[in-house]
Order: sequence, then C-alpha cells, then structure tokens
Amino acid sequence: MPFVPHTEDEVREMLAAIGVGSVEDLFAEITQDMRPKSFDIPDGLSEMEVLSKLEGLAAKNATNSVSFLGAGFYDHYIPAAVDALTMRGEFYTAYTPYQPEASQGTLQAIFEYQTAVTRLLGMECANASVYDGGTALYEALMMAVRKTKRRKIVVSEALNPIYRVMLGSYTSNLDLEFVTVPHKDGRTDVEGLKAALDDSIAAVLVQNPNFFGSINDFTELFAAAAKVKAVSVVSAYPVLQALLKTPGAMGADIAVAEGQSLGLPLSFGGPYLGIMTCTKAMIRQMPGRIVGRTTDTEGRTGYVLTLQAREQHIRRQKATSNICSNQSLCALRALVHMCALGELGIKRAARVSVERAHICAERLTSIPGVDMLTKGAFGNEFAVTLPVNAFEVIAKLTERGFVPGFPLGRYFDGLENGLLVACTEKTSEEQIGIFAEMLRGALK
Amino acid sequence: MKTIFEKSVAGREGCWPCEGMAEEAYIPKELLRDGDVGLPSASELDVVRHFTRLSQRNFGVDGNFYPLGSCTMKYNPKFTEVVAAMPGFTRLHPVLPQLRGAGGLCQGALEVMYETESLLCEITGMSAFTLHPMAGAHGELTGVMLMAAYHKDRGNKKTKVIVPDSAHGTNPASAAIAGFDVVSVESKDGIVDPAALAEVLDDEVAGMMMTCPNTLGLFEKNLPEIVKMLRKVDALLYYDGANLNAIMGKMRVGDVGFDIVHLNLHKTFATPHGGGGPGSGPVGVSEKVAPFLPISRVAKREDGRYFLDYDQPKSIGYVAPFYGNFGVYLKAYAYILRLGGKGLTRATENAVLAANYMRKRLCDHFEVPYNRICMHEFVASASEQAKKGVHALDFAKGLLDKGYHAPTVYFPLIVPEAIMIEPTETENKETLDQFCDDLIELAGLVDSNPEALTSAPVTLPVTRLDETKAARSMELTDDL
Repeated sequence: MPFVPHTEDEVREMLAAIGVGSVEDLFAEITQDMRPKSFDIPDGLSEMEVLSKLEGLAAKNATNSVSFLGAGFYDHYIPAAVDALTMRGEFYTAYTPYQPEASQGTLQAIFEYQTAVTRLLGMECANASVYDGGTALYEALMMAVRKTKRRKIVVSEALNPIYRVMLGSYTSNLDLEFVTVPHKDGRTDVEGLKAALDDSIAAVLVQNPNFFGSINDFTELFAAAAKVKAVSVVSAYPVLQALLKTPGAMGADIAVAEGQSLGLPLSFGGPYLGIMTCTKAMIRQMPGRIVGRTTDTEGRTGYVLTLQAREQHIRRQKATSNICSNQSLCALRALVHMCALGELGIKRAARVSVERAHICAERLTSIPGVDMLTKGAFGNEFAVTLPVNAFEVIAKLTERGFVPGFPLGRYFDGLENGLLVACTEKTSEEQIGIFAEMLRGALK
Repeated sequence: MKTIFEKSVAGREGCWPCEGMAEEAYIPKELLRDGDVGLPSASELDVVRHFTRLSQRNFGVDGNFYPLGSCTMKYNPKFTEVVAAMPGFTRLHPVLPQLRGAGGLCQGALEVMYETESLLCEITGMSAFTLHPMAGAHGELTGVMLMAAYHKDRGNKKTKVIVPDSAHGTNPASAAIAGFDVVSVESKDGIVDPAALAEVLDDEVAGMMMTCPNTLGLFEKNLPEIVKMLRKVDALLYYDGANLNAIMGKMRVGDVGFDIVHLNLHKTFATPHGGGGPGSGPVGVSEKVAPFLPISRVAKREDGRYFLDYDQPKSIGYVAPFYGNFGVYLKAYAYILRLGGKGLTRATENAVLAANYMRKRLCDHFEVPYNRICMHEFVASASEQAKKGVHALDFAKGLLDKGYHAPTVYFPLIVPEAIMIEPTETENKETLDQFCDDLIELAGLVDSNPEALTSAPVTLPVTRLDETKAARSMELTDDL
C-alpha cells in the first residue's frame, strides 16, 4: 500500500506493545451507528496510471492559444531558476516556522520578501503575505475599520470588479456601508472620491493602474483622506510598480497587490499571492505573519515570527484576523523571481510590456470603428470600444484559438462593446499583428 | 548569513526576461517613480547559491521527522508535483471559462474540479463541496459565513457560535470575524460534556464548531447526543477537518450529522505545506446548506460537458477571485486517485497505530494526561520535568539538536507544558523508535545535565533567538 512503510510483522509488534489485538480495536469508540453509510472510492492506481490520467485531462485544456486576457492576472515570463530553487524539499516540505532555529531558511526568505515588496511599493512594513490580492484588500479594509472605528467605506468603481464583489461577500454579515463612486469613461473619478470624503469615512479604496488600465497619481486624494483621518488604501500592479510613482510616495497608508505576476503561473486561479504593506503607524493592525530580525544567545543575526500577540493562537476571538498561515511558498517564488530578474530585469519586463501594449493599442484603433476607451496614460493594459458587442467578437475569435481579451460588459452596464486588452513581454509583435488582422476581419 | 540585498552589486545583470529595454516615453514623467526600486542586482549564480544556502538552513519533511501535533506533516509524494507542473494546467487563465465560447478550452480543468468535489463528498458523506477557500482558516470563515446565510434565509435571529476550549485558535477568530459572539464550552475528561453544553445552548446559538478527534487526540464519543441537542435549537454543527487523517474510512462526518465541514487538503491529502502555504480548505455542506455555497459552482451537463454555474441566488458570493487554489487541490486529487478508498483507510489505520505505539513507549517517561487509546495524535506533558526547571520548550529545542522538528508545544492550552505528538502513517518503525529513544534520553538529562536542554539547540545555524528583542526593535525589513 503506497506510503505506509510498516510490514505485517511490524504491525503485530506495535499492536502487542499497545496491548490490543487488532488495528480495528483502536477504533472501538466509533460505534456502529457512527460508521460510514458508504465509502465508495475507486481502487487506487499506480503512479504511472495516475500520471497518464492527468495528462489526458491536461490535454483537454487548450493552452496553446494566443491570449490577450489580463484583468489583473498576467502571463509574465518566469525564469527557470524560480522553479529550481523553490522546489527544493527543504523549502517545499517545511511547515510554518514555529521553531525558528530550524527554520532560518524560510524566515530569512520571508524577511527578504518583506524588504523587496516594501521597496517595490515604497512602503515601510509588510507582512509575510495573505491568500490573494482580493483578500489582501479585504484585510486592508478591516485594518482601516479597526483603526478608525468608523463604518463607511468609499470605493472607486474602477477597482477590479472581482474584488468589489469579494468585499461585498465578506462584509455581508457586518455593519459596514460602501459608497461606490462611478468611474468616468474608464478613469478613476478622483474629484468624486474626494467629494465623498468626510469624518465618517473609515477608508478610501482605489487601484493603480485601475481596472481599465488607466494610470493615476492619487497624492491629492490621499492628502484629502488624511485630513479627515480616513485611511488610504491602494491596490497596485507589482510589475508596473518598477516604473510607477509608488503608493508610499503618494501618501498611502496601506498598499496591497496581487503578486501572481511576480513568478507565479496563472494556474487557473491559484495559488496566488496577496501582498500587504503599510506604514509603521498601521503595523499593529496588520493581520498575518510578520518576520523580524533579532540576535541569538551568541549575538549572531537570526529571524523569528514577531508581533504574534495580534494573532488567533494567542488572542483567539480578539485576534486582528483569522488568517493563520500565509502563502509562504508563493512569497518565496515572488522573491526569487524579483532577485533573478534583478533591478534591471524587472524594469525591462515592465517597460517592454508597456511598449507592446501601446503598439497593440495603435494597431487596434487603426481599425475603423475601434476607439480607445482608456483615456490618458496607461501601462500594459487598455480598453477599447468596438462597433459591436464584445462578447460576440470574443466568442468568434476564441473558437479559432485566439483569446482577444476581457469583455467589460460582464461587470459594467453600458460597456457591452468594451474590450480590455493586456500585453506582457511575452506578447510578440507578430501576435499583435495577427490580432489586429483577425479583429479587422471579425468586424467586417 | 548576509541578505541578498547586502550581496547586491549595482549594475550586475540578472536573468533577462526578454530582449530590448524600451523607453519610458509612453508614460508621462510625473506618473513615474523617483530613483531605483532597490531590488538586488545579482548574477543568476549569485541568486542560485543564496537560495540554496538558505534552504540548507531549514528543516523539511524530506530531510527531518516532523511530529507536529495537529499539523499532519506526512510525506508528500513527488508525482503530484509532476501533475501540478503540467503546462496544460499551469498556463490556464482563470477568466477563460467565463468567456462565451471558451468553456471548451478548459474542460480538463473543470473535470478535475468536478471529480475532486465528488470524491470529497463521498469521503466525508456531505452533499456538496466548494473548492474555493484557499486555506483551512479560510474554509472556517466560509463555513461560518454559510451558517450566517442559512439562518438569515430562515429568518432566525442568531448571534452566538459555540467553540469548545480544546479548539484551534482559528475557530473562535473565524466566528468573531464573521460577526458572531463566541461562547466557550469546557471539556470534561478531555471531551465535550453534554451537560456543560446544555448550559450555554439556547435559541441564539447559530452553530457549534467541533474538531473530532479533538486537539487532545481523543474521539468525541458524545457526538450523537451533541447533534441531537443542536438540532433542537436549529443550530448547525461545523466540523474542523484538521484531524480528518484519523477517521477516513472509519466515520463520515456527514453521516453523523455535521452540516458544514472544511478540510485541510495539505494535511490529510499530502500536499506540501511550503513553509506556511499555500494550502487549500474546501468546504462541504449538507443539503440544506448547499444553496448558500460560494459562486461559481462547477456542474455537468447531460452531454457530459462541464460548466460554471453562476446562477446561485442564495449564494454568499465570492470568497475567492476564481476557483480556489487549483494547483493545490490538483495534487490532492492525484493523491486520492493513487491511494483509492482502501489506501485512504489504510493511511488512517496506520496513523492511529503509530500514535498509540509512541504514546505507549513514552507514557512511563512523561505524564500523559489522557492515557487511553488515542487517535492519530496524543498530548504528553512536561509538567513533572518543569518542576525541576526543564520545560516543554527545552525538550522542543533538545529535539532540534537531534535532527527532528519539534512536536507542537504549549497547545492545546488546556494541558500545562503540553507536548503534542503526531507521527503520521508515513514514518517507519525505526524512526518512531529512534525518536522515542532520543526523547527518553533527553528526559534522563533533566536530573543529570539540565543545562544540555535549557541551552539547546547548539547544532543549528543559530542558538535560541531573542523574540522579545525582535518585537521591541521591529526590524522588519533590510534597510541599508
């Protein structure tokens, strides 16, 4: 039987030592009325058979199609070193670092990860990560509610709608109120957000670049929020942060991000990485694991989990969050990815992605009836309006193995003709050319 | 060891993701950042050596026995990694099945979801499952949100959730975060006492969160009675699946009356823990709770094709952006296929056998407060040794020197000086014996050389670390 090492002789010896006659005797407390009504699980397969079955399932997925899908989740190149290093069993099969002396590898890696993401976002502190960008945003909101003891939250409609839906679900049983400020032709309505601020507001939530790809400077908005003691929260796209003005420089109190684009495959939605950073003033509200540097009895540098008094194994129902673990291996992947690319490599990935998107936008808008929806500056993603319903065009092209983007009408009434298009450094100019030709053909 | 930031040399080139270094002309200057990011500049070999060295300063199951109670650190077979790395899965964009005409491009992935949910239903006896929760604690929160939605739908006014004192700390935290008041109930003789439960049970109770076997490793034999009591006030019974490894094939929580259950796939179904995650915490429910499960649900059409059903009017909504940690439950699926029903039952039997064997070998040397047949783990106590100045923590550190990861210590909170041991089914008898021999030897040092324990560890890259200093100095990043 796989993965159980005991021989029949050994089982007999162990039973004798325990003083019972059979293995079944160990389960005597589970009386007959509690036994399974059925347990109809197929017989086990050999390793070879399992691999063959799963290869068959993998082959039913079309992954050789060309894709311009983004919507917050991007297909960036991952250096081979990322897999090679993070698959080391010492990292991979370790537990949460409760015994720091035996976990310095994991702990130092988290410390370095905290350093890397705070620098990327221009913030002061970070935790060891949470589940994904959406839960990071929800936790940021709860930090603001605890800090301000207020219950109204101002949200930009140009925030990823998937996250807006998540926030609604998580808070449905709590006494909180959302004020949603509509987007303005794909732009974040900064003036509208400012106007919604007063001293009853716990937090203002925005995204940069926003869901439509539009890039903002929120410095004035965050200053206005600070004036009424509301907490400023921004959700950022980490690869572009190698180029863009940082949340820290804009005066954000909390900056979160979906870390998937830093070395994690798309993998049908997970596992991903929720990056959370904040100012020093907010650190005690921050949920999850945090690693700190200290010394051992000999004065040598070492790392430990710290500020644990906020956590559920000590504070139980009074903890800052129920989050017990983190996405440690995903955080390690992000760290190794950032280190392998280095300062110059990540800038290069960001710049080339932006360039490809601008080339793509130019090619698409040269088609009659296709116009830019995203106005002003954008990064590696932008939205266009088509002369017809975007769902139809997507269906037509997707059948031919070409996924042109995300239909904005899925979440935004009135934008049924809107198409959100993303490029990365993996997008070739040839693919962009084919895209333009196919779209031109589809619109004829 | 120096950090990768300290090893950085400005201008040194790493791995180029692509050729070309486009201009920044596309974005106006006032929207760009000032100066460098401050990420390391290192060669690929610099990076490879750095992280290889770091890994060598870590214990993992592949190199060390990890008898961490309540954590089920069994061996993680390697073939599941081959599955998870198949490009047919890793390259799939999660939005794909939501596009018109694109459902056909991801039938394999949807089938994995559908089949995994079906298998988990049969293993636990529940009616339906969602794979969306991204960790065990996330499953707990989802479960309590389901509880709230169920009662709201029925017009019940419920404000409280009952949690036994032996529960994981995440249970009360999850209930509180979902908006409930938490009521604790004391154990009697190590298990939930129906009389104590009766005292706190009233119409305002939304549900009760239970772990079975509980964190003392004991089976909750009053379960049938507890279920009846909760039914009377229309309260739901929640099962914390952290300890499912002890009962697979021997009991199905759905059959005994649980309404909601979360599973920790990384524990029971052997997906690597990764030093803290990612995990996967699917939630199963009985029929009456199924309408409230998160959006979307994977379903099968009559023609055998799979699709995502978003038409769920009573759903609690999105708990994850997509379908949970697909890459993790894919491994659990492969593991279940490999073991089959008999293999899963055999895993449970051997996990329980190993725990009882170790309990028996250690109980003459350590106090075992509930020294009777246990499930897959048991709790010893160093309270006798503590009187002589050697504490559970010292034994933990002494074991690190012997090359083992330490057991869970000081948990559950209801046992003083707790040492909670869970060997799992995958460790061979030589390892179990050697560990017992070594721990007994350490116990012998309490009288002869306690210093050897209180100053441990001495064989690792660092000796005991100053946690108070870390909390005070708050050095949380490598500021140069």
